[in-house]
Amino acid sequence: MPEKPDVPQGTLALMVLKTLDLLGPLHGYGIARRIEQISGDLLAVNQGTLYPLLLKLEHEGAIASDWGTSENNRRARFYRLTRTGHKQLQTETSDWEQTAAIIARFFDVKAENLR
Amino acid sequence: MKSLRRFFTRLSGFAAGRREDQRWREEMEEHLAQQTADNLRAGMPPFEARRQAVLKFGAVEAIREQYHAEQSLPFIENLVQDLRYAARQLAASPGFASIAILTIALGIGATTAIYSVVDAVLLHPLPYPNPAELVRIEDDLPGVGAQGVGVSIPEWRDLESSGIFQSAAITGRGANVNLTGSAQPERLSFKQVTPNYFAVLGVDAQLGRTFDPHDSTPGYNLEVVISDGLWRREFGADPHILGKALLLDDDVYHVVGVMPRGFRDQGSTSEERNTELWLGAGFAGLPFPPPQRGLRLRSRVVIARLKPGLSIAAAQGHLDALVASLQKQFPADYPPETAWTVHLVPLGETVVGNVRQPLLLMMGAVGLVLLIGCVNVANLLLARAAARGREFAIRQALGAARMRLIRQLLTESLLLSLLGGIAGLAILFFTRKLLLQMIPATLPRLNDISINWTVLLFALGVSVLAGAFFGLAPALQAARLDPSHVLRQEGRGSKGSKNQKWTLDALVVTEFALSLVLLIAAGLLLHSFWDLFRVQPGFDPDRVMAIQTWLPGPNDPAADIYRTATQESVLLREILRRSRTLQGVEESAVGDRTALPLGHSHPTPLPLVREGIETMENQAPVIDSPIVSPEYFHLLGMSLLRGRLFSDHDLEDTPQVAVINQAAARTYWPKQDPLGKRVRLRLDAREQSSSATPPWTMIVGVIADARTESLAEAAIPQIYRSVYQHPAKDLAIFLRGQIDPAAIPDQARAMIQSINPELPVFGAKRLPDVVSESLAQRRFSMDIVLLFALTALLLAGIGVYGTISYIVSERTRDIGIRIALGAQRKTILHMILSQGLALALTGAAVGLVGAWIVSHLMAGLLYGVSPSDPLTFIGLTAVLVLVALAACYIPARRAMRVDPIIALREA
Repeated sequence: MPEKPDVPQGTLALMVLKTLDLLGPLHGYGIARRIEQISGDLLAVNQGTLYPLLLKLEHEGAIASDWGTSENNRRARFYRLTRTGHKQLQTETSDWEQTAAIIARFFDVKAENLR
Repeated sequence: MKSLRRFFTRLSGFAAGRREDQRWREEMEEHLAQQTADNLRAGMPPFEARRQAVLKFGAVEAIREQYHAEQSLPFIENLVQDLRYAARQLAASPGFASIAILTIALGIGATTAIYSVVDAVLLHPLPYPNPAELVRIEDDLPGVGAQGVGVSIPEWRDLESSGIFQSAAITGRGANVNLTGSAQPERLSFKQVTPNYFAVLGVDAQLGRTFDPHDSTPGYNLEVVISDGLWRREFGADPHILGKALLLDDDVYHVVGVMPRGFRDQGSTSEERNTELWLGAGFAGLPFPPPQRGLRLRSRVVIARLKPGLSIAAAQGHLDALVASLQKQFPADYPPETAWTVHLVPLGETVVGNVRQPLLLMMGAVGLVLLIGCVNVANLLLARAAARGREFAIRQALGAARMRLIRQLLTESLLLSLLGGIAGLAILFFTRKLLLQMIPATLPRLNDISINWTVLLFALGVSVLAGAFFGLAPALQAARLDPSHVLRQEGRGSKGSKNQKWTLDALVVTEFALSLVLLIAAGLLLHSFWDLFRVQPGFDPDRVMAIQTWLPGPNDPAADIYRTATQESVLLREILRRSRTLQGVEESAVGDRTALPLGHSHPTPLPLVREGIETMENQAPVIDSPIVSPEYFHLLGMSLLRGRLFSDHDLEDTPQVAVINQAAARTYWPKQDPLGKRVRLRLDAREQSSSATPPWTMIVGVIADARTESLAEAAIPQIYRSVYQHPAKDLAIFLRGQIDPAAIPDQARAMIQSINPELPVFGAKRLPDVVSESLAQRRFSMDIVLLFALTALLLAGIGVYGTISYIVSERTRDIGIRIALGAQRKTILHMILSQGLALALTGAAVGLVGAWIVSHLMAGLLYGVSPSDPLTFIGLTAVLVLVALAACYIPARRAMRVDPIIALREA
């Protein structure tokens, strides 16, 4: 079985925030599924690690959670983005885009361009 | 911000003990259920669907830990866990725990005790706001070798208006005054100060006011500020005290204020500490001499508060410029050959200058004891760590990280040291009254020594440091163990690693070196003290008692009934006559305070002008000049070498005569016969209002040197004059004979007051007591250092004993084999002893170097012994080595008696 790449440090939080931003309140399993789906099954989230992360984000105030009922009528905890989380997502998105752009420029450079 | 919020949530989670395991379990269950359902939908068989879901979820326990850590503070949780474990460990071996805690408790208790003294005396010498701004201004004339000549009034005014100081005040040196009119005439110590004195110190009255800083009355302004102590004692804390008239030396003063309870005059000497009255004075009109620029008086001390932000160095620069311009402006008053200079001294320095060195020495000594104690505990811990090697190996094998092990061991040692610290503070707290009594009364700020927050913080800091210090080596040692090695070796007689042996050895060597340093320091102090104790003082204090009285000196000289020597002699002769009738008294004499041997720390020396070498008074050398009655020399057993002593016929109207000691003869008339030479002595405080030139005084006798100033000083020049020619206000009455020291003060009081009921009688003391009190401070530092040195020696002995015992027990099997193979028991004994000896000698070598450095640093505290005295160095090294050998002998004998059969079978 080919190893699927691990999620880089710190990006998982960003993915969680983005997912909640796009899809509104979700329970843990839903978030894990979406991340897997969007990343094209490339990221096999060691799914359990999601929960400590959710707790951490909640402590930081980026997300909030409530008990609710899932689609198959089970008691489940639903997470939603807070205003703080929204702001955090925006800054982190622009940071990330900036970093990506810089890295992209480095990859684009060819030796002759630097002469 | 974010992390802060997270921290507080976690902290509250930790504090509340909230465990959201429930939520975690439910979430996990929900997750797995959904995943399983999805897997089923994808066509997996039920068992496989569940299995895949669990696999995908990941390592449950690891994630649970993470989840749990997110809810709480793992650092503190681990700490609590470690503490609980450490407490159990200590409880499991109470013997070890109590020895270690006691050692640390003694070390920290003693260190904290000394620190509390240092804190009050050296670190907070001045109980005033912004003490760093306070300076003392001193005038010197280095050109003629005169120091601290005092200021003249015009000079003081120049200083005030120089712009360097917020304010500058003159204070007289502390003196006494008689308070009469109450039931018993009382002698109170007072200080005459310029009205801005309290403004300079920055302290206000608790009741009423202090003097108006702008008051410019030339003489006494007849206002008095009193101390809280006097207010409570003498006036029952009367709230209507303001405006009350006090009769002080027959002059009427009005109370204007009461100083707050904590206020204490900075007092540069022990006598000045208890100032109870402050009189406002301008120092410029009667009864003070006229304000001439050249008239400097030694009794005037100038203190000042610098402008805010001005450093002492910068202020000194401005001051030098001022001095230069004054010298140009008044060339006649400042002849260049006197080289008049003015310098600033931090006020705190003048208070603690002479106790700094002994205190630092004590602090150093106690620090060494603490260090040795720590080394001992480290030794114990190391031995324990070796015994617990298996435990650590197993824990490592089970996956404990090294850091985690080190942390746990450090927690254990910190717990030990904190318990030790608490025990030490408890001991200190319960013995503090006793300890304070040991401190000589001459220590400045004695009453401010307390166990305050700074001291507690210090104790805490020292405990933590000590714990880290003695815990680190064993912790690193344990963490460095190789588990596979230890576990394999176990059961076959573990042998400590080379490294461990080295650490043990190093610790023992350190102990020896440190204790040798302390021993030698103590030895040198003991030697000095002994020399001083045995020194021939040159006078005989035996069976002599001194009692003091004080004649009033009213501001108007005409009102003084004891103004002239002739007037006073009537009183003195009557006192002498009646005192001989007191029970047991064989001889009696009178003198002034300066004549009181060793009983004063600050005589006011007088300028000495010799005939033929006439100079301005304030440029002359100064000399101590006691005033005595003719019987004084015989009573104190001071022998005449040449010429004659005073007789009853030397009176005010006969030629003035004086007797000098050998030191004065040597210093001022080298290679000449001083008999018949003539001198002039300006009376400073005592005849300050007469501006006439004093008459010539002829030297008629030379007596042998006596150590009446200080036992440590062999010969200080002195010139004695007769009380029948020079009146003195501060009188001491000397009585010799079979006197009952308990009864005589009252008898003497009754006797003196039967002549003049207004005279106070106080300060009755036996001279032998005065002599031993003069050594009190030395004795105190010697006692302390000696005590610490002996403790250190004991600790070092225990340390080497422990180490050698450990080595022996570790090598039992080895020794058993040797004996089985035919080794002589004597050889075994030698082998063990030589190991101990090697450690002791190495330690001694290091210690000798340290001791040499320390003894030269403390040279100022020694008397009559060289800081590198070979006898002390060699003798104490021998003592140390002997103690080491004795400590090794017990385990060495045990090694010698090892039964090979038992040793081999058991191992």
